[in-house]
Amino acid sequence: MSTLIRVGTSTCGLAAGADQTLAALERQVERRQLDVRIQRTGCLGACHREPLVEVLSNGNSVLYGPITPERVALLLDQHFGMGERGFSRDWLVSQKTDKSDYPFLGRQFKITTQLCGIIDPNSLDDYLAHGGYQAFRAAIQHTPEEIIQIVKDSHLRGRGGAGFPTGMKWEITRKSKGTQKFIICNADEGDPGAFMDRTMIEGDPHRVLEGMLMGAYAMGASKGYIYVRAEYPLAVKALREAIKQAAAYGVTGKNILGSGMNFEFVIKEGAGAFVCGEETALMRSIEGKRGMPTMRPPYPSEHGLWGFPTSINNVETFASVPSILLNGPTWFANIGTAKSGGTKAFALTGTIKKSGLVEVPIGMTLREMIFEIGGGVKSGREFKAVQLGGPSGGCLPFALIDTHIDYEDLKATGAIMGSGGMVSVDDTTCMVDFARFFLTFTQEESCGKCVPCRIGTRKLLNLLTKISRGRATEHDLGKLESLCETVRLGSLCGLGQTAPNPALTTLRYFKDEYLAHVLDHKCPAGVCEMNSSQHEPELTMAMA
Amino acid sequence: MPLHTKKKHRQYLYQGDPLAAPPPPELAAILDRHRDQPDAMITVLEEIQAHYGYLPQRQLQYTARELGFPLSRVYGVATFYNLFHFTAPGRYMVRVCRGTACHVNGSQKIIDALEKNLGIHQDESTLDGLFSLQTVACMGACSLAPVLVVNDHTYGRMTIESSVNEVENLKKENAVNGEEVTA
Ligand SMILES: Cc1cc2nc3c(=O)[nH]c(=O)nc-3n(C[C@H](O)[C@H](O)[C@H](O)COP(=O)(O)O)c2cc1C
Ligand code: FES
Repeated sequence: MSTLIRVGTSTCGLAAGADQTLAALERQVERRQLDVRIQRTGCLGACHREPLVEVLSNGNSVLYGPITPERVALLLDQHFGMGERGFSRDWLVSQKTDKSDYPFLGRQFKITTQLCGIIDPNSLDDYLAHGGYQAFRAAIQHTPEEIIQIVKDSHLRGRGGAGFPTGMKWEITRKSKGTQKFIICNADEGDPGAFMDRTMIEGDPHRVLEGMLMGAYAMGASKGYIYVRAEYPLAVKALREAIKQAAAYGVTGKNILGSGMNFEFVIKEGAGAFVCGEETALMRSIEGKRGMPTMRPPYPSEHGLWGFPTSINNVETFASVPSILLNGPTWFANIGTAKSGGTKAFALTGTIKKSGLVEVPIGMTLREMIFEIGGGVKSGREFKAVQLGGPSGGCLPFALIDTHIDYEDLKATGAIMGSGGMVSVDDTTCMVDFARFFLTFTQEESCGKCVPCRIGTRKLLNLLTKISRGRATEHDLGKLESLCETVRLGSLCGLGQTAPNPALTTLRYFKDEYLAHVLDHKCPAGVCEMNSSQHEPELTMAMA
Repeated sequence: MPLHTKKKHRQYLYQGDPLAAPPPPELAAILDRHRDQPDAMITVLEEIQAHYGYLPQRQLQYTARELGFPLSRVYGVATFYNLFHFTAPGRYMVRVCRGTACHVNGSQKIIDALEKNLGIHQDESTLDGLFSLQTVACMGACSLAPVLVVNDHTYGRMTIESSVNEVENLKKENAVNGEEVTA
């Protein structure tokens, strides 16, 4: 029986050198004349062990990593029983098909990423062999209203950050009047430290397309835009290829599969602006304009792209839909918590032992996530905080490690669920500097349309810089807090409204570090340079 | 001011319409593909940049005239997005990620080391036109942080030494190539 070898060649795999590993594998297999088929796949999620090589034969699977080109020969020797000399047991990740012997993978519950790392993303046949487009075929046997009801019953909430119930959004768009309707897939993924959407698109692009098709059918949309950020060239390529295949397969175009539905996909590449992830800014960007947000209401569902009703959803939201229809809404709702069904994918990164993409049922605790799945902090240092939701999110201390990962629970702490970035940091990170880091980002990315955000974030950054240089007084801490409040309440869009979160949460949970900077002129983590005037040419002027 | 001197002055300045000639063929090809598509501005700019490596002023002027937009609108869009730049980049675009995951894994030190090694700041190019240095917000390879990107190739798990090495290798490679050309 022939053997299948899978090599993960997503962006993360390639960055770790998967291309060279693949070439070495091909050479070695050729030389040994093994009966082996080599397959390129997406990312299995265990990015900390990239390049990953999975060998499958007789229904067994063995996962190895990291396999650098030099290790390929030894690996093949060992696996095919030609001797174990030089092979290191450390390279073995898992020997079970369900990966239950490797908690990082075994503890996950994969829905949206179930085929990432399993199928060849460039092969429609692979996707079809795993039940691809069955959900869409089933969907067009229902009425659009029934589909919306199913999505509502599943308690699926938007995975782009705000957690708005997806079924409700679809219903509003369905009921809005317009000669034309659009749907948009938001693949801008601007949060630094997040790569869920990238992994899904690179690993299983057809699932996203299928979800969009189902959404389009439910809402009566005739055109679907996919807005991908330009920093993801591989994802753009995968989508282009997948759309071509979908057209050839007959799920786009006119009167699709005899259902009377017309639909086409359009890819729009972003051009590097964080604010374009915000839905109204994103639509302006698709229209070819500066990506500046507009006031809501009117909401896109009523008045969106070029004034037509438009529904905008995240990649992961769409990728959840096919499984909901196939397995039923109750199945999905039961996976998560009472208010939010299903799973959420997180990009677990930072100073953590096992980083990568993790998909878990909503409602898991942070402790399980970081210490059981992530394996705790790298190289024996001490865990300090976990940052959720990127620049719009917050930092939570160890004391809150048993918080459940759910929209409401996280919101109560001051952090947010966000789109799925989860960065764990150790005691070498200074929390003041960390807050300053995020404000540097939001300040640069503020589009400048509204004053509280444009000037407020700059002032916040100045204050944080002043504190981190040991030049601030306790009075400044009060000022920081009240300014945060002003920016939060006064800003036009989510960027400004959430920009103070990193400062507010660090101020709330790590006040002692702020006080050390202010009162003792010391940085406990030894990161901030006291009394240095480096990197702050405008500081004195702006603070005067 | 007497009228005649003013006139003379004007004659001296005016050298004919710089855009009198039709756009160069490669630009015309890009523009023709997107005529009458009001939403294509960003795509047009992306294609121009893909061809020239940056957005040359003259090409933007042509774009405005040919597609019927005010020049301010073209620049408005071009300056809004981080992806676009207005000066020619070096042969090697070295981009260091300063996203969250890379930041907590020490990317600032890599940026500092590269700035020192190349003798330039962020968003600048070396005088020999070989290197440009930029930072990016996140490349999506966060679990391999810190991440360095040279042109289209992403390198993960970098250290200060390996980053500087990478740049040094490119320098050497070019020195060798340069000699071959002159020899
Ligand atoms: C500053 C800002 C950035 C955002 N970035 C993203 C993003 O990168 N990806 C995304 O899906 N949603 C992003 N959002 C949320 C979107 O505005 C929108 O709520 C979301 O795409 C809706 O999809 P959902 O209902 O499926 O979550 C962002 C919002 C703001 C305010
Ligand atoms: S934070 Fe550097 S690649 Fe994402």
